[in-house]
Amino acid sequence: MPFRGLPGRARWRPLARIAVLLAIAGGALAAGDTGIGRRAPRLAVPGDAGGKCVEDTAFMRRNHMELLEHQRDRTVHEGIRTTPHSLANCVACHASKETGRVTGSKDAFCEGCHSYAGVKLDCFECHSDRPKPALATAVTPPERVRQ
Amino acid sequence: MSGVDPGRRQILAWGAAMAGVAIAPGITLFDLAHGRPPAERASNKVRWGMLVDANKCAADCDACVVACDTEHALPAAKTATAAQWIRKVELKDMRGGKTRSAPVMCQHCADPPCVDVCPTGASFKRADGIVLVDRHTCIGCRYCMMACPYGARSFVHEPVTHPLPDVPRGKGCVESCTLCVHRIDRDRIPACVEACAATGRKALLFGNLNDPQSEISQRIAALGATALRADLRLDPGVRYLGL
Repeated sequence: MPFRGLPGRARWRPLARIAVLLAIAGGALAAGDTGIGRRAPRLAVPGDAGGKCVEDTAFMRRNHMELLEHQRDRTVHEGIRTTPHSLANCVACHASKETGRVTGSKDAFCEGCHSYAGVKLDCFECHSDRPKPALATAVTPPERVRQ
Repeated sequence: MSGVDPGRRQILAWGAAMAGVAIAPGITLFDLAHGRPPAERASNKVRWGMLVDANKCAADCDACVVACDTEHALPAAKTATAAQWIRKVELKDMRGGKTRSAPVMCQHCADPPCVDVCPTGASFKRADGIVLVDRHTCIGCRYCMMACPYGARSFVHEPVTHPLPDVPRGKGCVESCTLCVHRIDRDRIPACVEACAATGRKALLFGNLNDPQSEISQRIAALGATALRADLRLDPGVRYLGL
């Protein structure tokens, strides 16, 4: 018998409390894959590009900032502009169909999630939040470097 | 490394020698010095430079300045605090009255004073000789602006409204001519050089200073171009003819 020193029904109370706590925790986990309780507001990811991202969605949710930081140093210092983990590449796919931007409102892809998570987003204080006009390069054929 | 195969080395050397052979004057089978594969990092085998021929530069022409402003979305109105990456400078010989006009921009020194003084490492020289500011680490102290003998750098005083995707800019950083690094990485020549050629003057020539066969190297060797403030021995990548 548990908790022998306690009188009568009181002996079972600690066990009952643990059981109740476990039930609550289990319910919360079952509410969604994210572990967010049912009463927490869910974020409808705006501006979803529809296609496949450069990495798994779950991986990108947790690690996109690492990829971007790594890529930015490779671009600025080493001049590598081809890899898919560039900010311009993110913007190209995720810009809103209506506004053509990834910031500016809570429906925009980057700003929507960042304002939901309460994380400051300062990329776009310098970077363009609109996709690159593909036409600009198509109209003027690039002149090859000659020496 | 112990695993080097001497035979393979020799074949690579022959390949490189063959690739450099000119099949006609000015046309090589494969341009050794230039073009790296886009996924490869910039290397010090190349040193980008520019030759400004003041004999061909017209005083009333500012095509290079306009092209630079357009390419980088710089403010067109030249207020006292507006960023300017390239400017036209007029020189006058006080004795004869002869005038010369030429553009001045970041001279992309081999030993850049701006890099020496930068407290955060934001000013840096890329492996291929292009001097840049990493805006992610620039704190806007403007030490580099004081150190630069060419007055080539600008501080961004006003908020930037619509930066271009290739040219991120923001208030509070120092910036200067990047030699159109975003174009060079994609095998294109700088916007000012392209614009100058479009006017027909062809006063600007861009190329690889490390390759003795390149047009820029050959012209410098033949005509003896000068460096601005050569007394400082900064070995600038931008050279001038006819000053």
